[in-house]
Amino acid sequence: MKTCLVVDDSGVVRKIARRILEGMEFTVIEAEDGAVALEACKRALPDAVLLDWNMPVMDGFEFLVQLRRMPGGDVPKVVFCTTENGIDHISRALHAGANEYIMKPFDKDIVIAKFQEVGLLALDTPAEA
Amino acid sequence: MTPPDYEYLRKLLKDHSGLDLAADKQYLIESRLLPLARKSGLSGIPDLVAKIRAGSSTHTVQVVEAMTTNETFFFRDKVPFDHFRDTIMPEVLKARAARRSVRIWCAAGSTGQEPYSLAMCLKEMGAALAGWRVEIIATDLSQEVLEKSKAGIYSQFEVQRGLPIQMLVKYFKQSGELWQINPELRAMVQHRQLNLLHDFSQLGTFDVIFCRNVLIYFDQDTKINIFNRLARLMEADGFLVLGAAETVVGLTDTFKPLPERRGLYRPSGVRAALAMPRPAMAVGY
Repeated sequence: MKTCLVVDDSGVVRKIARRILEGMEFTVIEAEDGAVALEACKRALPDAVLLDWNMPVMDGFEFLVQLRRMPGGDVPKVVFCTTENGIDHISRALHAGANEYIMKPFDKDIVIAKFQEVGLLALDTPAEA
Repeated sequence: MTPPDYEYLRKLLKDHSGLDLAADKQYLIESRLLPLARKSGLSGIPDLVAKIRAGSSTHTVQVVEAMTTNETFFFRDKVPFDHFRDTIMPEVLKARAARRSVRIWCAAGSTGQEPYSLAMCLKEMGAALAGWRVEIIATDLSQEVLEKSKAGIYSQFEVQRGLPIQMLVKYFKQSGELWQINPELRAMVQHRQLNLLHDFSQLGTFDVIFCRNVLIYFDQDTKINIFNRLARLMEADGFLVLGAAETVVGLTDTFKPLPERRGLYRPSGVRAALAMPRPAMAVGY
């Protein structure tokens, strides 16, 4: 089973994401900010990271930069999931090594489509999964 | 909805669009037509049916448009676009090297995601197509849908289904919550209103035809008729792309499937006797 680290300071968003990802047969780990997420990555690198941008302590962008510098840190697929929907933010994220980008609000279909896009999910995964 | 109203709408849709609704699709009609009835200031579907029975062609057209589905995303199903890039276009580049032109038809162009996905694929090929004349013709039954396609403006939800983020950044311009595809790509696509049940021979000849997820709504005779007419305006070495749930097998021998390329077909060279499309369409469109 693949693992996905869900990083968001909102417990509600983490819960929604967990439900969607578990439906896609991922094992879900949660973190409420970038620093907690980085600690989790030091213990074990996940296959995927669903990453909010604005969080206390350490934001998603800083987490991404740190993750990509870790040994093996280039492997996890990082999908931003944020209300920051401006082209400038998207470009910065891609430049720093994000693999995909979800603009909130999101739903299951979007998560499935984006995870398929980066090769985390088989193409024939139905949206009704 | 009363059973006579349902039967009436079924027959109406069959006659005008070829849409062949099963006997148990009341919910589908209700979910699509109730919003339409309300929008037209009517109390519900019975009133809408009454208007049509009284001969309102406006309401008839609206009902047909609302019922012919437009569920679509960019790069829908992904595989056909991989075929387009890896199988179809390399062949076309060789076969048309002298003529340097390629004509592509999206026979159910809908709100534009498919023709613009093809346009993006072609752009990504870069210099290989420099100096080529590229035509993408997008047709659809619904004028409303074609207007949306022409504008090329999509919601944040729509651009997130199937469109890789790099493509969004590269080929779209953001305007608030909406995203518009670049003028250069819009200029690659021509739009025409067209009912597949009608004669479409005036469109000319094509190297590639995408006809996905539309034939599933037609009965067998109509499918055969459409396949045979598609074969007539396709180059002998052209390609036909069908949806995942569609096939020519068992229906016509004018096309043959490509081995190992699901959904991809080529003309077989067999010319089917061509019965004219059924002259069922009374309403003026």
